[in-house]
Amino acid sequence: MNSDSLYYSLELVAGSGYTLNIEQRAALQTSLVILRKNYKFQRVLYWGKILGLKEDYFIAQGRGEDEMNDKKNLYSFNCMDWFLLPPATDSMIDEVSRAAKGRFTGDPSYVYEHLEIRRQGEGDEAEEEEVVTKVNEESRLAVTVHQIDEEVSVVPRGAFIKSPHGLVQVNRSFGGLSHSEAGKLDNFLHFSKPKNLKKKSILEMGDFESIY
Amino acid sequence: METADENQDSSQLKVQSAASLKAFMLKNSTKSNLNLYDHLTQLLIKVMDEQLQNVVDVIEDISHDVKRGLVEDKQSTLRDLPQTTAAELLAEQQRLLFSRPEDADQEDELVETPLPNVSEIGFYLEQAGVGLGREEMQRIFLALKQLVESQALLRCRLWGKILGTESSYIVAEAEYREGEEEEEQITDEAAEEEERETEAQDSEENEMDPLPQSTYKPAPVVPKEAIGTGANKCVYYVCKEPGLPWVKLPPVSPVQITVARHIRKFFTGRLDTPVNSYPPFPGNEANYLRAQIARISAGTQVSPQGFFQAGEEEGDEEDEAPRDSYEVNPDFEGIPVAEMAESLSTWVHHVQHILQQGRCTWVNLAVKPGEDSNEEGEAEEKEEEPDEPEPEVGPPLLTPLSQDAEMFNTPPWSSKMSSTLTSQHAAAVLRSNLWPGAYAYACGKKFENIYVGWGLKYAGEGYSPPVPPPPQKEYPSGPEITEALDPSLEEEQALKEALEEQQAAQEEMEDTDEEEEDDD
Repeated sequence: MNSDSLYYSLELVAGSGYTLNIEQRAALQTSLVILRKNYKFQRVLYWGKILGLKEDYFIAQGRGEDEMNDKKNLYSFNCMDWFLLPPATDSMIDEVSRAAKGRFTGDPSYVYEHLEIRRQGEGDEAEEEEVVTKVNEESRLAVTVHQIDEEVSVVPRGAFIKSPHGLVQVNRSFGGLSHSEAGKLDNFLHFSKPKNLKKKSILEMGDFESIY
Repeated sequence: METADENQDSSQLKVQSAASLKAFMLKNSTKSNLNLYDHLTQLLIKVMDEQLQNVVDVIEDISHDVKRGLVEDKQSTLRDLPQTTAAELLAEQQRLLFSRPEDADQEDELVETPLPNVSEIGFYLEQAGVGLGREEMQRIFLALKQLVESQALLRCRLWGKILGTESSYIVAEAEYREGEEEEEQITDEAAEEEERETEAQDSEENEMDPLPQSTYKPAPVVPKEAIGTGANKCVYYVCKEPGLPWVKLPPVSPVQITVARHIRKFFTGRLDTPVNSYPPFPGNEANYLRAQIARISAGTQVSPQGFFQAGEEEGDEEDEAPRDSYEVNPDFEGIPVAEMAESLSTWVHHVQHILQQGRCTWVNLAVKPGEDSNEEGEAEEKEEEPDEPEPEVGPPLLTPLSQDAEMFNTPPWSSKMSSTLTSQHAAAVLRSNLWPGAYAYACGKKFENIYVGWGLKYAGEGYSPPVPPPPQKEYPSGPEITEALDPSLEEEQALKEALEEQQAAQEEMEDTDEEEEDDD
């Protein structure tokens, strides 16, 4: 949620039981503004909180000119000091999905190890190779945030618009969905790059907001 | 003469020019299809009707209003019907929460209320970072007050909120009143008697044509715990939103708890939804909800050590029955918050652990009740005497959390202080890792538990549902039911010839015997 509207948006999502301490809220309001100035983001959002065994991670996301491609994730323990997370690459995603298991511990330098014994060759020539995949918790955090964004980041229809330069930006003339519109699931869209675009029928493509 | 003519001409000219001016004024504008003549007429009519002061100063505005009035009239043929939205309906119902009864309220302030200090609890929960937002909590507490007044409960507290796919449940925990125990038992017994009558009728019909009796004996049903003890110690009420009526949940039975341990289902938010699962759950969503509430309470309701002490009625320590009563310790002084946040041994469970059987006190099922016929009873007792099931024992009440078992390589609890910057006034917050969503806080002498979550236990890497058992063996195979090949035609003929030969041989033997007798 946008750092400008943080103080009232938090009350609206409190129905699921996760709220923030008043101390954390105040710290967030201060630090997010500073973060925006230092990194020169267009908008900075409080992304959420990932629970760990010993410590919880608070995640913030900064958006640049293009809302979809220009995203940077940061994490913090006390809502004051923020550390940049590395962007998630495909190889990182592979490693994390193999090695990381169980809950987050709360220590970003904790290393998850995964031992795999691969056999190469056939029959008598079988060679056993031990493949050890090591991932540290920071990469796991980066990959988790990236995957959550890819799969469940949802925006109302009309909130974002593609400018003539090809940049995805906030639609300033978006007035919100009406009461009846907000009840329909069709009016909420995934905020991610299209997958399998060429295989969709023309009928489905008419439903999208902008395709080019 | 000429002047008259001139006058006539000039007046004719004037009339002509007036007519042409009027025609000009009546000409419709190409843009707006209005004409000046009509507009001026309406303007002057309006001025006549309203008789404003200083008309000449505001004449332009009046002219503008007249023009605008034409446009609005044409579009107001469709009107919006005011529809009552769901939000309005809910607001109407929640308005009742805020109404104050007109009876003498001063008496209430002197008597101890069964409600805890709700604002304080809301404050500490907010410090701990768990809760439902301030306005929601306030409404929930007002709804609790309504519940207490309508049901005359002894003690009541907010247990928590269970989220569902369509809507959620707000759960309140209360203690049974004394008369209710008898009522519940009477209804249970009446239901059992009805079942027995229908079974008796069925068995009478069957005696006409005895069908083969199956040898399947279902496992004996573990009896329910009495109300007020064990897993049924407290009664739970649920509602969907604060302000809507509270519904009482039925008491839980051990078989429901054992099945709930194997299945993993989200709640929908409607209490009468059937629960389709394998192993089949005996009951609908209300029973499943009650079973999960019982499991969560047994696993995560904790208090600072020393707050409760064991009941003083039991003098014998040799008694094997686990103690199930506890009392508030009047001498409790509070443990410093830093200690509570660091070590788990300062917290204890104050709800009894549920055994494998599904109850809190173990029941020996090998002892047969007197309903079976005597013959079967004797045979089975002889079989089961050598292996009597061992009694199940759980950790006794008021055990510290440091003895909780670890599951899936995660410690069962995480604890921390609610604030590191102002630690003098912070509270210690405990979070369960086995039941995500269960929280407890303690600050000096005050503590509280709450659960806000989906009602599911942490299942490690992934949940694999239990597979159905292998199919039962059918009848044992023996010679009377194994198929044998029918003899072929040659074999039958050979047998027939052999028989005929035997007969012929016998007849010959008889003939010779007769002949011999005759000879003699």
